Amino acid sequence: MVDIQSKRTPPPVAERVPAIRWVRDNFFSSAWNTLLTILIVFVLFEAVPAFFEWGVLNAVWGAQDHTSCRSEEAGACWAVIAEKHRPMLFGLFPYEEHWRLLVALIIFISVICITLSRRFWNVKILAPLWIANLGICSLLMWGGLFGLPYVDTQQWGGLPLTMVLFTGTVVFGMPVAVLLALGRRSHMPGIKATCVTFIECMRGVPLITILFVAVNVFPLFLPQGLEFDVMVRVMVGMAIFFACYQAEVIRGGLQAITRGQYEAAEALGLGYWQMMIRIILPQALRVCLPGIVNHIIAAFKNTSYVLIIGLFDILSATTAVMQDPLWRLFTIEAYLFVALVYFIFCFALSKYSQNVERWLDEGRR
Amino acid sequence: MAEQAHPPKNNRSILHSIAFRNIAYQLLLVAALAFLGWYLYDNINENLDRQNIATGWGFLNEPAGFDISESIIPFDSSQTFARIFAAGVLNTLHVAFVGIFLATLLGITMGIARVSRNWLVSKVASAYVEICRNVPVVLHVIFWSSIIRLLPHPRQALEPFNGAFISNRGLMLPFPVDNILYPWVAFALVLGIGGALIFARWARFRREHTGQYISVFWPGTSIIVGLPLLVWVLGGAPLTWDYPALKGFNYQGGISLSPEYIALLIGITVYTGAFIAEIVRSGIESIHRGQIEASRALGLRHGFIMRFIIIPQALRVIVPPTASQFLSLTKNSSLGVLIGYPDLVNIGNTSLNQTGQAVEAIAIMMLVYLTISLTISIFMNFYNKLVAIRER
Repeated sequence: MVDIQSKRTPPPVAERVPAIRWVRDNFFSSAWNTLLTILIVFVLFEAVPAFFEWGVLNAVWGAQDHTSCRSEEAGACWAVIAEKHRPMLFGLFPYEEHWRLLVALIIFISVICITLSRRFWNVKILAPLWIANLGICSLLMWGGLFGLPYVDTQQWGGLPLTMVLFTGTVVFGMPVAVLLALGRRSHMPGIKATCVTFIECMRGVPLITILFVAVNVFPLFLPQGLEFDVMVRVMVGMAIFFACYQAEVIRGGLQAITRGQYEAAEALGLGYWQMMIRIILPQALRVCLPGIVNHIIAAFKNTSYVLIIGLFDILSATTAVMQDPLWRLFTIEAYLFVALVYFIFCFALSKYSQNVERWLDEGRR
Repeated sequence: MAEQAHPPKNNRSILHSIAFRNIAYQLLLVAALAFLGWYLYDNINENLDRQNIATGWGFLNEPAGFDISESIIPFDSSQTFARIFAAGVLNTLHVAFVGIFLATLLGITMGIARVSRNWLVSKVASAYVEICRNVPVVLHVIFWSSIIRLLPHPRQALEPFNGAFISNRGLMLPFPVDNILYPWVAFALVLGIGGALIFARWARFRREHTGQYISVFWPGTSIIVGLPLLVWVLGGAPLTWDYPALKGFNYQGGISLSPEYIALLIGITVYTGAFIAEIVRSGIESIHRGQIEASRALGLRHGFIMRFIIIPQALRVIVPPTASQFLSLTKNSSLGVLIGYPDLVNIGNTSLNQTGQAVEAIAIMMLVYLTISLTISIFMNFYNKLVAIRER
């Protein structure tokens, strides 16, 4: 609105503020501000050195015996991570086969990074890439071919399971979300009412109850003899939950598309689906991309709910590992490590979402 | 299109009529849903029969047979499932209400701190927001729960001030012994709030009719605080504290907050607070600088600008997403099941395991949460209407 700069005019020269004035403006501009500054400096002065001492200076780093962590002067026991990181990250997966998970994780995360960069936003690149990625990763996780021993999904765990649940949620959830959003915008009252009821009911209940349904009730709905793996059931439950939230975001995007676009598409003689797929959705999804990424981050965090129903994602694997009486006292350190893993992933995605917002703004100017 | 125009088709067939198609699609959907419903119902009946699981709501009148660690209404294991579910709902509401209150306070404070001109303040606030919202709420809750578990035993409890004890059994605080005067103090408080509201009304009426601005904040606060205080002092200022004291393995007396309650409360408050802080920040930043400059140019005072220019506009941006944060906090309180806080989901889960009646137990949980969600959204919609732009 305000910022109308073409690329040719250089940005205004930044005013050089003397250090003392910067300090005065920032920290001591008023009595209240000075008080706040002093208070925060005092608290930081108390907390930061203590934390540093606990976490770095006195911490036990190496993979020594747990007894060295128990001595009086020992701070944080990072040795617990050195000792337990394998079962924490990979769960019950057979120990000798952990390299497969590591390779799968590296491939998977690189493919996600490629997908996120704007340069590769092209179906002809991304579709084969993802098919290959999912193929290779499932081969590595299941095995059973090329001399890799077969591993049942019951034994999947740790960070790879988190990734599997996350991918499944997003991959199954996005199409459902688009359909629900279109259904909610439909002119047919029957379809609209069905979609609204479904979306609102799903959004009104906690994720846990949906997971309970997936685990406890869903098997009752199936005829005798037909069974689905519990992981698949949970994934479907999460996907539907995710889809209902995402549908609302996409609806917002659809509402932002002007009537003219619909009318132009109809004037060209396009049918409903062609109009949606070729004209409306590409624009609508672009508008609400930041919101979509936010809900994808939420989906990643929500995978941790499987702790309650006993699947071993990274958090529940850690909780289970920390039952070990020798290391039990150092649960906090283990959880801090898990928190760091989640933080890196979510923080990176949220910074990415801010970048997307900037790109969209560039386009609009 | 570059192609030649198609020759007009013969659209007489009823299959090509849009109206007919629309009705057909909807009928198809209804038929599919009805079939699905019947199919699932049939399967579930057959499966339940085969597994000899009772159906129906009869179990609600049977004794629960298990006890819960804390409850607002008195409960013991010989009482019915219906009552234990009620206890669970109350526990959920309890933690959710306190959580919403604290998260709002925390969120507003941190949101304002993030836009502060003080570099230190804004950096501390953004560190809080980034760290807390990028870690799952599940991890927040079990993290706090395991920190509390590492606290010293009641015998070596920390005592931050006289009569307050922090241990791995929770937080114990002194609490005033009930007195015959207290209901009157409460009554005076209600009266004071009413008086303040009337005063605000009058001040507004006066402003709108004479243009004379009367500050409401200080007189209002003094009515609300002063009236109960006056009653209390006139009644002889009775105050005896009931101090918690170590008896056997735990503390007796005073007021106690269980470790599960504290862990759940801190976890969901800190997590949701970070989201509310972001919402508040975006609300404040949505106010155009020109608005403030224009108000200053008109010679308005700072407090007046805040009260009548900035806050009403920021609230329009802030209220709708905050409402959905309240909802998600309420739903996240279901994480009590993880750490043993007897909320609705925890009790539903135990009942499910005791009776095997999964469908009914889960249906109760879902219905209760749906009701809570709908109530909060109706209330917030009403509030949103109050602050929305009044177009004439």
